[in-house]
Amino acid sequence: MIGFWESILLTVITAATPLLIAALGELIVEKSGVLNLGVEGMMAVGASTGFAVATLTDSSSIGVLAGIAAGMALSLIFALVTLGFAANQVAAGLALTILGLGLAGLIGAKFVGTSRIAIPPIHIPGLSDLPGIGKLVFGQSPFFYLSVVLAVGVAWFLRRTRAGLSLRSIGENHASAHALGLKVLRTRLLAILFGGACAGLAGAYLSLVYTPFWSPGMTAGRGWIALALVVFASWLPLRVFLGAYLFGAATILQMHAQAASMGLPSQALSAFPYIATIVALVLISMRRVGATPAPGSLGTAFVPPR
Amino acid sequence: MAEVEGANAPLCVLDGIVKRFGDLTANDHISLSLRAGEIHALLGENGAGKSTLVKILDGLLAPDEGRILWQGRPITLASPEDAATLGIGMVFQHFSLFDNLTVAENIAVAMPAGVGLRVLNKRIMELGERYGLALDPKREVWTLSAGERQRIEIVRALLREPKLLILDEPTSVLTPQEADTLFATLEELARQGCALLYISHKLEEVTRLCDRATILRGGRVVAMCNPREETPQKIASLMVGTAIPPLHDRDNRPADVRLSLRRLNAAPADLHGIALKDVSLDVRGGEILGLAGVAGNGQSELFEILSGERAAPQRGMVLIDGEECGLDGIDTRRRKGAAFLPEERNGHAAVGALSLPNNVVLSRHATSDIAPRNVIAFDRARALSDAIIAKFDVRTPSPLAEAGKLSGGNLQKFVVGREIIGNPRVLVIDNPTWGVDAGAAVLIRQALIDLAAAGTAVLMISQDLDEIFAIADRIAVIHHGAVTAPRNVRTVAREEIGLMMTGGQGASHAA
Repeated sequence: MIGFWESILLTVITAATPLLIAALGELIVEKSGVLNLGVEGMMAVGASTGFAVATLTDSSSIGVLAGIAAGMALSLIFALVTLGFAANQVAAGLALTILGLGLAGLIGAKFVGTSRIAIPPIHIPGLSDLPGIGKLVFGQSPFFYLSVVLAVGVAWFLRRTRAGLSLRSIGENHASAHALGLKVLRTRLLAILFGGACAGLAGAYLSLVYTPFWSPGMTAGRGWIALALVVFASWLPLRVFLGAYLFGAATILQMHAQAASMGLPSQALSAFPYIATIVALVLISMRRVGATPAPGSLGTAFVPPR
Repeated sequence: MAEVEGANAPLCVLDGIVKRFGDLTANDHISLSLRAGEIHALLGENGAGKSTLVKILDGLLAPDEGRILWQGRPITLASPEDAATLGIGMVFQHFSLFDNLTVAENIAVAMPAGVGLRVLNKRIMELGERYGLALDPKREVWTLSAGERQRIEIVRALLREPKLLILDEPTSVLTPQEADTLFATLEELARQGCALLYISHKLEEVTRLCDRATILRGGRVVAMCNPREETPQKIASLMVGTAIPPLHDRDNRPADVRLSLRRLNAAPADLHGIALKDVSLDVRGGEILGLAGVAGNGQSELFEILSGERAAPQRGMVLIDGEECGLDGIDTRRRKGAAFLPEERNGHAAVGALSLPNNVVLSRHATSDIAPRNVIAFDRARALSDAIIAKFDVRTPSPLAEAGKLSGGNLQKFVVGREIIGNPRVLVIDNPTWGVDAGAAVLIRQALIDLAAAGTAVLMISQDLDEIFAIADRIAVIHHGAVTAPRNVRTVAREEIGLMMTGGQGASHAA
């Protein structure tokens, strides 16, 4: 029986990790007062570029780095448009998603149908072989450890560091922050690039670990779920973590339900994780316990008065 | 705090500063000099160019012409950071605080890097003791009163040890007692050698506090004087440019109760809102009831429930002319003879992008003949709009101008006129003269007096105690969502009202 639960937990982690990484990136972006709706597009570009470069160089590590770089490059376009030209962030983000999905298809066109060996989980002799928890704690994909470090790091950065405080202040009220001498646009640029890097990394995880192949549309709305997670988690890193794992668990649950052919339409079961996650997070945010409201300047462009 | 070369050398000199915004010259060759240990007043009406000038001095705006000298050397202030590095501190009129951060975080964010939060907490407490600026570093800002918020701004500025501290209308949101505390702090700072630039339009406090005054009008320096040697009338006429007509009083014969609140309790509409607690109030025809209080104590919540923007919890909690209407919408209440004018003229009372006649339609479509069967009769709306413009001396670029194109005072005259011209029997008005020039303020106050004289019940919510004492018959105070029993303005002491505004003595009289 242990083996069964262990394998379920392992698959939950696999489904939750990309969401967590992308959502943490978007959390930082939104905390700085910028709404980047292009997560789905940046993820897709990260996935296709990561897979393409890994195949061409025959190195998954270089592929991952390329995926991160691709996500950042796309987010740089967003930064240029919304910070440089103070364009509407919602429109720019939606356009970024459309651009990203198209671009990803173009980059990955030649690689449809090929597959690679997934980046293997780490193996620590002795520890990873411990019965029960060994594989769960010490035998995961490197991405899992990275996502956990990222979650703790983002929470620590926002709560405990001066740069985190500046970022939160800028997101809360950019006019005041500017009047106090904080660098609003520079901070937002860095936040947007961080968000792009995280989305690209999450995409690379999908194509190099999760599937591991590239096909158009493989991000399957995960970028949107990551966006929703940030909002319903009321911009708290710990809740983003919980939300991502809830979604992961629901995904795995419905897969097992489909396999067991319970007589429900498969489409309804496929929709289950999305519905469950949103309902759970809505319930949490309705209770408002310890909730933090949306950053005050979220989604509004800042033009320095001179 | 400040080191000055030579006993009387100015710390900072502004020389021929010019700033233009499009066609408007906000600062037209302004020169003034600031000395260590001196409190220098910068006086002027709204739109005289005071805020523009201090934004230049704080590095927020770049001047188009002119020089700034600091300790005799010309400098360029490219950003607020530059100004802070030199030793220029700023306390803003509209607070530059972050509502969802704690007091300590709000201060830490403006400090140079490398100051730990624990050290900072200690310094906040030390400074608080030294100047009587008590603050709890762990509280979130949105839970604090306006006076406490201002303390954060001042402590934040003082922690950077400024040589020049600029205060922009610092008393506009304070109770009289809070203002006294502030003045004591500022005098102490001046004694220690800090130069202060004090921006205000309140002459009383300027004559009390300041050593020198520079008066601006229309972007130019019109006079420099020692405020202690001039009469307030002289200074006022310099600020306004013309003599201000006095208000004409009226016979006050209050009639029947026209507007009532009966034990109104209402939960806040949003996370940071104020709950209204057991509010009971009667306003009689022929009187002006002034509702005083520090901003953010439930005034806007009360206004929303009076106007019908939000329904009261029960029908019987709001009565207009004796009829229960707590659940009615705005139009129904207006048809009963009531009129309402919210505080924010641009965006709440009027839509900036719509023409003046269309703005008349927005509020008067149910109570005039301008929209029969919900179809706008534009010629009638235009006629009504023109009548308002003529009667209330609204200066507008054209009769069909967009509301946003009017100056603050003229738009306020227009929206006040829009409600008054329909002869309402009940008028609820929130901060009728906030941020308008003295001429417009007199006209609006006179219109309210005349309206009450004709038998209307006027409930005037105002943060300006001078205004309430000038035109109201009775005064009540709102604090934390509770309203005190009204008192006669001729017999109540201002200090008593000030105490009620902070929830001190007298608040127990609440009905």
